[in-house]
Amino acid sequence: MKSLDPRIARAKIELDNPDFSLENQGHFPTYEVFHQKKRGAQHQHVGIVHAPNPEMAMLYAKEQYTRRGKTANLWVVASSEIFATEYFDEDMFENTPDKKHRDPTSYKVMDKIKAFKENQQNQ
Amino acid sequence: MYGNAYIDPNDPKNKLIAGEDPAKLQAFEETILAGKKIEPQDWMPVNYRKQLVRMIEQHAHSEIIGALPEGTWITRAPGFRRKLALMAKVQDEVGHAQLLYAAAETLGKSREDMINDLISGKSKYSNVFNYPAKTWADSAVIAWLIDAGAIVNQLANSKGSYGPYCRALERICYEESFHLKYGHDNVVHLATGTKKQRAMVQDALNRWWPPIMHFFGPSDKESVHTEILMRWKVKMASNDDMRQQFLDMYVPKIWDLGLTLPDKKLRKNPETKKWMYTEPDWDEFKRVINGDGPCNAERLAVRRMAEQRGRWVRKAIVNPKDSYVKPFA
Repeated sequence: MKSLDPRIARAKIELDNPDFSLENQGHFPTYEVFHQKKRGAQHQHVGIVHAPNPEMAMLYAKEQYTRRGKTANLWVVASSEIFATEYFDEDMFENTPDKKHRDPTSYKVMDKIKAFKENQQNQ
Repeated sequence: MYGNAYIDPNDPKNKLIAGEDPAKLQAFEETILAGKKIEPQDWMPVNYRKQLVRMIEQHAHSEIIGALPEGTWITRAPGFRRKLALMAKVQDEVGHAQLLYAAAETLGKSREDMINDLISGKSKYSNVFNYPAKTWADSAVIAWLIDAGAIVNQLANSKGSYGPYCRALERICYEESFHLKYGHDNVVHLATGTKKQRAMVQDALNRWWPPIMHFFGPSDKESVHTEILMRWKVKMASNDDMRQQFLDMYVPKIWDLGLTLPDKKLRKNPETKKWMYTEPDWDEFKRVINGDGPCNAERLAVRRMAEQRGRWVRKAIVNPKDSYVKPFA
């Protein structure tokens, strides 16, 4: 069967070239990509790209992370520039979920108000 | 020591962990058991890294090669809306390859080495892309059913243990839901259309059914490595289980359209709730994956051409200070 790929059928590119290979360019640095849906909203972390410099990182980020929906603004940040906690220190956050006193849902006053009102009416 | 059972290093089942530091291995397995992800900087067994590189790299190659059979239909797509949609889908596939190459790179293999292994035939990609997309209906069947198969596989793997791969897969699955809908729309359009359109989609389905049955790979329940790879959450479901899941989701949808599948044995056993089917031709699968398929040579040739002609771009991006020299004439 004749190939349906125009590069094969019409451009007639070489089918076999065992000598071709790419030279290693080393691992490009990682950039974190932050996407803002609309002006004023928070930038959200959406993923990473590997690029040799911030300009290329921005180009890759635009191609990779703005193909759907709306975009107002895009940031790329070199991962090496991020100052982060260590996972082995994760225990320092351990009791945060126990601090119910920081949670608005742990303040329930309606029962007391209701009882108070009933009490007043009965007097 | 490790776990609650003696591990015989001579048992072929345990070949994958031979030579690993038991304490580190235990901590690693506990992290996975606790449902936490492994990140690039974490310690990992040699074979965990090796299997993941192989898997993610093959997946990336499948995306980039998978864009070719469909890509040839962009210029011939019936109508402007379908042309736009197909271009968007093919662009997505190439984008997915980029996400996956980036994830594989975190395990220490360079992108150039991966591309070189693809072009030399050392590294494989999904076998289905070694078959031609002969008609527009083929592109519809690929977009619907091959992407559906890929989603079954990718959804399972996105619950795996390696952080960068899972994150890439989550984004990929989110984007592929459009591919599935787009493909289904195209198949339904043909199946509910004229006699000629129905015949075209039936023909494409007949041709693509064997490669689709090959898609999840041979039965791997007996594989000595499956057990450890599943414990490490590298492999999330057996090939047979994924094939069953796919059949369960899509065969009824195909039959719904009054289309048939070229397998007389295909039916769901009401007792076991499992699909019965004719065992796919695994000799053909092996032959094609090892290079002897209808399109292997041209797929790699097109990829090689793209890399060859794009070589100057790779050089230019690392030397942004090189300036354009005005030609004399």
